[in-house]
Amino acid sequence: MEAQTYRVRVGLATCGIAAGASKTYDKLLPLLAEHGIVPERTGCMGMCFSEPLVEVISPAGETFLYGNVTEDKAEIIVEQHIVGGKPVEDLLVLSNVKETENSHFMAKQERILLSHMGVIDPESIESYLAYDGYKALAKAMQMSSEDVIKEVQKSGLRGRGGAGFPTGMKWNFAYQAKGDKKYVVCNADEGDPGAFMDRSVLEGNPHAVIEGMTIAAYAIGADEGYIYVRAEYPLAIKRLRKAIKEANEHGYLGNKILGTDFCFQLKIKEGAGAFVCGEETALLASIEGERGIPRPRPPFPATSGLWGKPTLLNNVETYANVPAIFRLGAEQYSKVGTERSKGTKVFALTGKIKKTGLAEVPMGITMREIIYDVGGGVQDDKEFKAVQIGGPSGGCLPAELLDLPVDYDSLTAAGAMMGSGGLVVMDETTCMVDVAKFFLTFTQSESCGKCTPCREGTKRMLEILERITEGNGQPGDIETLEELGEAIRDSALCGLGQTAPNPVLSTLRYFRHEYEEHINEGKCRAGVCTNLITYYIIPEKCTGCTLCARNCPVNAISGERKQPHVIDPSVCIKCGVCMEKCNFDAIILK
Amino acid sequence: MTEAQKCYAEDPFDYGPVDEILERFRGEKGTTIPILQAIQEVYGYLPRQALEYAAKKLKTPLSRIYGVATFYAQFHLQPRGENIIRVCQGTACHVRGGAKIMDALKDQLGIGVGETTEDRKFTLESVACIGACGLAPVIMINNDTFGRLTPEKIKEILKNYQD
Repeated sequence: MEAQTYRVRVGLATCGIAAGASKTYDKLLPLLAEHGIVPERTGCMGMCFSEPLVEVISPAGETFLYGNVTEDKAEIIVEQHIVGGKPVEDLLVLSNVKETENSHFMAKQERILLSHMGVIDPESIESYLAYDGYKALAKAMQMSSEDVIKEVQKSGLRGRGGAGFPTGMKWNFAYQAKGDKKYVVCNADEGDPGAFMDRSVLEGNPHAVIEGMTIAAYAIGADEGYIYVRAEYPLAIKRLRKAIKEANEHGYLGNKILGTDFCFQLKIKEGAGAFVCGEETALLASIEGERGIPRPRPPFPATSGLWGKPTLLNNVETYANVPAIFRLGAEQYSKVGTERSKGTKVFALTGKIKKTGLAEVPMGITMREIIYDVGGGVQDDKEFKAVQIGGPSGGCLPAELLDLPVDYDSLTAAGAMMGSGGLVVMDETTCMVDVAKFFLTFTQSESCGKCTPCREGTKRMLEILERITEGNGQPGDIETLEELGEAIRDSALCGLGQTAPNPVLSTLRYFRHEYEEHINEGKCRAGVCTNLITYYIIPEKCTGCTLCARNCPVNAISGERKQPHVIDPSVCIKCGVCMEKCNFDAIILK
Repeated sequence: MTEAQKCYAEDPFDYGPVDEILERFRGEKGTTIPILQAIQEVYGYLPRQALEYAAKKLKTPLSRIYGVATFYAQFHLQPRGENIIRVCQGTACHVRGGAKIMDALKDQLGIGVGETTEDRKFTLESVACIGACGLAPVIMINNDTFGRLTPEKIKEILKNYQD
C-alpha cells in the first residue's frame, strides 16, 4: 500500500468565509506544504456555530473536525496534530472515534442529500465523480422516460420548495404536455429570510443539482434549462458557473450527453432582488426579462411556462434529491420518512438556538428532536417560546406542539407549513406581535402590487400591527386582523399573498394572550415594544457605580456616586444601553 | 455610423460599454435583466442616458425598461457609494439584534438607509436576507460577508474601507 498522509479539509462556504475561513486556508497552505499536504476546499459542513471549520483525516481514516479555527489556531493544528500526531482536544468539535459535546448534532441526522457536503470539493468535477457523481444520470439514461418518471413517483418525493406537490406527478404533467420545445427550470431564488439550505447545497455540491436537472430534462424531453439564482448569492453563482462548464466539458451536459443524442443546455439567470420571484409564474416572467409579476394558474407551467412552452419547475433541494433516488433506488430511498412524506428534509437552524447550522433529518422527526437533540436547545438555556417554520409563508408553533411530527401535512394542519426549511427558534425575549409585524412588513414591501387583497390587505393588517406594538391597539383589532387575514388567504392571486397572513394568523392562534396584553394592558411581556416598556433601576441592587449614567446617550439617568440612581422616563429613549452596561443586574424592564 | 450613434455624437457620456454589453447579449432571449445588471456593473448605477440609449438600440420603449429597473431591488437609478453596505434584515438577524447593527451603522456613517455618504465612500442599504443566518447578525460590504456582529465591531470593520 502506498504511503499515506493526513488529509486536511477547510469549509469554504459563505458562512465559513464570513467567519474567516479563507484566511485560515491561506495560512494552512504554506504550513502544510512543508509536509507535502495540499489542503482541500469543501463546502458547508453544517456546523455554522463553530465556523471556521477544519477537518483533519488521519491515514487510518479517523476524522477530527476542528471548530473556530482562526488563522492563529491553524498553526497549532499543524504542529500538534499533523507533526506531533496528537489531536488538539481544545478545538475538537466532532470526531468519528471520540465522543464530543457536539456528537448530538449528528446523532439524529440522516444525511443523504448532505452526505457529500463538506467532503467533496465543489469546484472540481473529479471530486464529485469520485463519489459516484453522474452515475445516477447514466443509470437513468438506460431507462425509458416513462420508467424514470415512475421511479421518481415511486420514491414519494415531494417538492422541497414548500408546498410539497408530488414531484413525480409534476414531471409526468410536463412529460405529457405537447410541445416541440420544453424547458427545465430550477428555482434557486431562496428568498425566505432565515433560510440558507439551497445556498449551502449550491455552494457545497452544485453538481448534484445539475445532475438532477439533467435527469429531469431526459425524462420530460427538454433540451434547455435555467437555474434562477438570487444575485445575493455570489459564491453560489460562481461555483455553479464552474460546475456547468466542467459538466459540459465532460459530456454530462450540452450536446450528445454520454455519447447519446440527448442534448441539454443549462444556463444561469441571476435574480435581481424580488422575493415574489420565488413564485413560479413570477420567476418565469423574470427569466423572460419582465417584471416578476405572477399570473393566474391554470395554465400551469407544466403545460404553458417559459415563453409559453411546457416547463418543469422544481427547487434546488428537490433536484438535488433526484440523484440519490437513482443511486439508492426508489424503494430504498422511500424507506426513510413517513407514509406521505418520504425522504429527508434539510433545515437551517437559526435564531435563539445553541447550535446554529444545517441539519438533514428524516421526515416525521419531532420538532423537539430537531431543536433539543440536534440543535442542543435554546441559547443561554432561556425558556423556549416558539419556533417559526416556513418563513414569511409559515407560522409560529408554540411549546405545546414541540412533539408534532415534522411532515408536510402535520405542519399545514397546525397552521404553519414546511416551507423551504428555515427554522427560527424564539425565546422569552421575543415578542410574538413584533414577529408577526416583522414578517408582514417583509411581505408587504415585497408584494408586487398586482392583486388588491395582497396589495391593500397586507397594508391594512400591517397598520393594525404597528399600532398594537406602539401601544395604541384598539378593541376589535384582533377580530379585524383575523377577518382580513382569512380574506387575503382566500382571495390573493399567488402563493405570496395567500400565505402572507400566516404569521399573523398562527400567532393569533397560539399567542393570542400576547396580543390581548398589548391592547388591553399596554404590556409587552418580552420587553421588545419600546412604547410599552420602561427601564427601572432597583434601588437595592444599584451600587451607584455611575456606569449607566455615563453611557446613557440622552443623560436620562441621575444620582450621586455610590447612591442609587434613577431613570427619568420622560427623557429616556429606551435604547437599553444602561441595562446592557450594568454589572449588577440592577436595571430591569417594567 | 448608425443613427443611434449620431444622435449621441455630441454627448460626453461614454456609451462604449453599453454598446459592448448589447453586442454581448445579441440574439439571446429574455436579456433585459442581464443587460441592466451589466450596465450597473460598469457605471455603478443605471444612468438615464444609458437606459435611453439601450432602449433605442433594443427598439424597446424606455417605459418597459424603466418598469423592470424599478421593480427589482437590485437596480439603482442614482449614483451610489464606492462601498455598498447591505444590512441583513432576515428573521435570524432580527431576533439576534440586527436592528442594533443597523443603528450603529447609521450612527457611524451619519446616513439613513438608501443614502450615500457625502464623500461617496459608503451607501447603506438593507437586504431581505443574505442567507448566512448561522452567523446572525450579518452584513455584507461589497461581496464580503461579516457575521456574529456587535455594534462595537462595526467601527473596526468600517475602518478597513475608509481609505
